[in-house]
Amino acid sequence: MTVESTAARSRPRDGGGGTDGSTEQTAERKDTGPTRRNTGRKATASGAGTRKGAAKKAASGRGGAPKASTSGKAGNPGTPEHRDEFGGPDMVQLLTPEGERVEHPDYTIDLDADELRGLYRDMVLTRRFDAEATSLQRQGELGLWPSLLGQEAAQIGSARALRDDDYVFPTYREHGVAWCRGVDPAQLLGMFRGVNNGGWDPNGNNFHLYTIVIGSQTLHATGYAMGVAKDGAESAVVAYFGDGASSQGDVAEAFTYSAVYNAPVVFFCQNNQWAISEPTEKQTRVPLYRRAAGYGFPGVRVDGNDVLAVLAVTRAAVERARTGGGPMLIEAFTYRMGAHTTSDDPTRYRSDEERRAWESRDPLLRLRTHLEREGLMDADALAAVEEESDALGRRVREAIRTMPDPDTMAIFENVYADGHALVDEERAQFAAYLASFEDTHGEGN
Amino acid sequence: MATTDTRTMPMAKALNTSLRHAMEADPKVLIMGEDVGKLGGVFRITDGLQKDFGEERVIDTPLAESGIIGTAIGLALRGYRPVCEIQFDGFVFPAYDQIVTQLAKMHARALGTVKLPVVIRIPYAGGIGAVEHHSESPEALFAHVAGLKIVTPSTPDDAYRMLRQSIDCDDPVIFFEPKSRYWDKGEVTTEGVDGEGIDAEPLHRARVLREGTDLTLAAYGPTVRTALRAAEAMAEEDRSVEVVDLRSISPMDFDTLQASVERTGRLVVVHEAPVFFGAGAEIAARITERCFYHLEAPVLRVGGFHAPYPPARLEEEYLPGLDRVLDGIDRVLAF
Repeated sequence: MTVESTAARSRPRDGGGGTDGSTEQTAERKDTGPTRRNTGRKATASGAGTRKGAAKKAASGRGGAPKASTSGKAGNPGTPEHRDEFGGPDMVQLLTPEGERVEHPDYTIDLDADELRGLYRDMVLTRRFDAEATSLQRQGELGLWPSLLGQEAAQIGSARALRDDDYVFPTYREHGVAWCRGVDPAQLLGMFRGVNNGGWDPNGNNFHLYTIVIGSQTLHATGYAMGVAKDGAESAVVAYFGDGASSQGDVAEAFTYSAVYNAPVVFFCQNNQWAISEPTEKQTRVPLYRRAAGYGFPGVRVDGNDVLAVLAVTRAAVERARTGGGPMLIEAFTYRMGAHTTSDDPTRYRSDEERRAWESRDPLLRLRTHLEREGLMDADALAAVEEESDALGRRVREAIRTMPDPDTMAIFENVYADGHALVDEERAQFAAYLASFEDTHGEGN
Repeated sequence: MATTDTRTMPMAKALNTSLRHAMEADPKVLIMGEDVGKLGGVFRITDGLQKDFGEERVIDTPLAESGIIGTAIGLALRGYRPVCEIQFDGFVFPAYDQIVTQLAKMHARALGTVKLPVVIRIPYAGGIGAVEHHSESPEALFAHVAGLKIVTPSTPDDAYRMLRQSIDCDDPVIFFEPKSRYWDKGEVTTEGVDGEGIDAEPLHRARVLREGTDLTLAAYGPTVRTALRAAEAMAEEDRSVEVVDLRSISPMDFDTLQASVERTGRLVVVHEAPVFFGAGAEIAARITERCFYHLEAPVLRVGGFHAPYPPARLEEEYLPGLDRVLDGIDRVLAF
């Protein structure tokens, strides 16, 4: 392996990011529900979650009067209040699309040059891997590929907030998260090439299998987090899902269960504006992050194309979870720059204009602009990352072209942990059937 | 530690005792479900367990069945062994997606690296005069899914043993409890905390309950008692009926059934579930394949109709009771 994931994952990260303002921001739900055994855990926050939005807007002093009010536009079905093109004034941002560092009253982050360069490297390599996979699909090496193009900051920023002992439950598009967790990129390709239906040990990197059924994994994450709490462990669990999944009953149930049991789970919603062809308006009439209030835990919208803001907000959320604060919802406001998958044709349902508007908010470009402007990355350093990404591309191509097909009899493997008579019987019958061709071949020639 | 004890108790108490012993034996065993805590479950199967094991291990869940199974999957991934109670058969369907698309397949998807030791207890079948959705037999809908194991006891002793074996199993097990038999009493030999001897009889083996020579009557769960009564009635007419309690639906012990049919040459299958695409259909196909030259008559099924489970005033007619079973036997013997 010539390319390795940035930053040794064995190094526990300071969940607080030094001075993050989680105390006020991650306003905790009122202490009505949890009667769990470990009530000794200190909540990191106080106040009612429902007041958070208003308090934050007042504190932020940005954008004047908040556009999104709970009553203002409710009467107009044509303009759902959440449909603010780039996230609206509630959105946490620490790095503008122009690459300028800005402060936020509730979330701060202080990274050294190496850490900033590391985030940039992660995003470049992830984008390169993704582009390579898309090409491999076009060349017939993969049956399908769901590109993460445009969502690099949301994934890298959130995943770099995690420690080894935290646990991730992904969708099928979390290639950048997988990268940060140390999953070999080539392993992600197996299910899209059709050599397996999952293909890695979830406990190897505390990164569960890609989940295709929309929203199912949010319940698994919640259950896992309930187990973490029962164990008295101080780890966080992160459930990734999207704007489309927010309509699923399983996600609603995950919110309910996590709140009732005060489970240490962070719901990380990448709102990329599109669920295949359906825009967010077809999923919700309120901004997604506000759904949390109804369940009794905080929700926050973060600029999903701002890796620094995503990192700061996720750090606060996972630290809150680890210390007994319970669940939190993060809505990363981002954009799916590519098609839903390689089988999709977005020209049928969305405009070039919209895509171009989002191009100016590109997550890599803004960090790169910032790094160059601050003199933290010169041409040589940028070229080195490019070189590294070329090497990753070569390695992925090589890996896919040498990836062996599974043995035919793998059909019958691992159907059960303790065995099953019917599987044994059918395996034996099928093996005999296959062997009959060998006999024919031998006799006939 | 010699903790074996034999006492007479109803199936409900046997299940309760089984859960208690499993929880004492392994701190990772959890109970989850609606009303399983203070109430002890609507059938009192979990009676007293929350009091003795606490709210952390006997968990009253929100009324969301997909959530029960989905979070149980997460708990299992964390190393726990959840025993979930679905309150009634007809209420399992919100969880069907989690059971079929997630629970059943996760071990295979992870190439065997994770195990999903989740037990789903479902009181099933009719005969208690309930409102709709409280009397159904959906076992075939689960038997079609690879990755699941499906068992159903017919006696208090089996209820005790098979539940402990299911909790010990590293695969997901759907444990169908014949609710009309909950209060039938029988002798139960409990094995105590150590569980030594619990595997004396394999979980997935069928059992010949009564030997006979003229016809095999196969049943499981709630219809086993009916089958035994039918054999008794036939004995008065000097016809010798062998009764096989299948006990496990997936996997199914076709070897035991085959051996029986090879002796008797005739087979009638009885279950409450609709016969169309039901367990009896699979049994008929497999026994025909295995015993074609031994069969003196086609395999006949006696069971539910292709109609919604009827209102309670009609269930006595709908269910495969003694008369309908005897009618089936008569027809096969007359073939």
